[in-house]
Amino acid sequence: MSKYETVVGLEVHVELHTKSKIFCGCSTSFGAPPNTHTCPVCLGHPGVLPVLNRQAVEYAMKAAMAINCEIAEWCKFDRKNYFYPDSPKAYQISQYDQPIGQNGWIDIEVNGQTKRIGITRLHLEEDAGKLTHIDGGYGSLVDLNRVGTPLVEIVSEPDIRSPEEAKAYLEKLRAIMQYCDVSDVKMEEGSLRCDANISIRPYGQKEFGTRAELKNMNSFRGVQRGLEYEELRQADVLDGGGKVVQETRRWDENQGKTISMRGKEEAHDYRYFPDPDLVRLHIDDEWKARVLASIPELPDARQARYIQEYGLSSYDAGVLTASMKLADFFEESLKHTSDAKASANWIMGELLGYLNANNLELDGVKITGQGLGEMIQLIEKGTISNKIAKTVFKGLIETGKSPQQIVEEQGLVQISDEGAILAIVDAVIAANPQSVEDFRNGKEKAIGFLVGQIMKETKGKANPGLVNKLLVDRLNA
Amino acid sequence: MSITIKDVEHVANLARLDLSDAEKEQFAGQLNAILKYAEKLNELDADGIEPTSHVLPLANVMREDEVKPSWPIEKVLRNAPEEEEGQFKVPAVLE
Repeated sequence: MSKYETVVGLEVHVELHTKSKIFCGCSTSFGAPPNTHTCPVCLGHPGVLPVLNRQAVEYAMKAAMAINCEIAEWCKFDRKNYFYPDSPKAYQISQYDQPIGQNGWIDIEVNGQTKRIGITRLHLEEDAGKLTHIDGGYGSLVDLNRVGTPLVEIVSEPDIRSPEEAKAYLEKLRAIMQYCDVSDVKMEEGSLRCDANISIRPYGQKEFGTRAELKNMNSFRGVQRGLEYEELRQADVLDGGGKVVQETRRWDENQGKTISMRGKEEAHDYRYFPDPDLVRLHIDDEWKARVLASIPELPDARQARYIQEYGLSSYDAGVLTASMKLADFFEESLKHTSDAKASANWIMGELLGYLNANNLELDGVKITGQGLGEMIQLIEKGTISNKIAKTVFKGLIETGKSPQQIVEEQGLVQISDEGAILAIVDAVIAANPQSVEDFRNGKEKAIGFLVGQIMKETKGKANPGLVNKLLVDRLNA
Repeated sequence: MSITIKDVEHVANLARLDLSDAEKEQFAGQLNAILKYAEKLNELDADGIEPTSHVLPLANVMREDEVKPSWPIEKVLRNAPEEEEGQFKVPAVLE
């Protein structure tokens, strides 16, 4: 246990999935040839005027409400001035002192404990372009397709106390944005991005230590690993009698460490001022109420409902509701079976196991909630055993056929005919006199071997309960 | 309030401008003249007037979320100092 307490605040950027950009009509779709989604407005040509996209404002309001922010009645847009080729105007349109949302919070769960993380603010802004460095570092290519994609920046309070909490916060935030349907929230494609401020201090100390800003953490795991590295690095600096320097550090995934990006000691000076090209935004109660009504049941509420309605554990309900698609899948299955716990177990065990092992998302496999529900019904009816169900489940995932069809095609119907099983039981007993002897001499384990042989003979299709009963009857006869 | 040579150097640095000493003198003088002109506003009695961030008494000028055609790539790159693979080519800028 370290003698230092870690303090983390996260800045998360979420790309809003509007069809067009925030201030012009260019498309925001991902993957177009460079610079083909640009026009005089997003190219920053002189004399053009930005016009605000109403949908971007509504998505930002929705996101802010979903994380319990107070919504500003009046707000404005400001210019954040900086010179870098990713921004052809040499400023980014953002919100400085009047963000759309302030003073929010979300609850996270770590080690079975619920903790509330405060949210300082959520503001609306435009994204910048993409640079590719070439010629061994002597030149850069600029693609401005992404310029003007609407973003919300969500800044947390420094309430996070460990890399694990940071990951839980990020996952909860992603789930909420996904449920609200305001973003694709894919870290790999950059529609969800995360920077972190991290410092450490001796336990009991009130003042914060000097913080480092971490960038370039491109996955949930990267965020956790980057923070884990940084808390150790800072502890080493302090233990060695040194001082942590306030700086920006880049997480290098391959090297597994953070690297200082400090070129000059120059403080950022963005010289914010109100953008005269955009008039103010007035959000009245009626507009707020309309957007609020469009927010669906959010992950926490859904988790609580699963615990209440289906008797699931808090952990299980949390895993199922972490992704809206998974939760929808679960609910779809319950239209076809009443055994919610069985469905939850199949999803959390077999389904998530398969997805993780193959690095897939739910929409990358063919199984449907209906397929799972019907399969559980077949188990309940005794048509297939739990063991055979695993084969059927694999078929559901890979072929998308109905469980009935898979069972028929592969001849997987469970053998529950006493006579048929008894014949095999007798044959196995006759073929394995040593095991029978062992069992009768009190070696209880020998029965497992005999059951195994019977299942092998029937290719796993014999009803296991019946096999056990008949075998024990015969051996004790 | 007056602009010093140091202020000019700071702003020039932020704007990535390399100014000669003569230019620094020149711009400091011009910037001071602008500020002095703007200071005239302080002569107005603004008591009781609500501050605003905009000169127009308008709010909520917005458009619907509709995609409009972008520019053809030839036009986009017409003013590029250099281009490569449909992109603007600039001197290396590593942060």
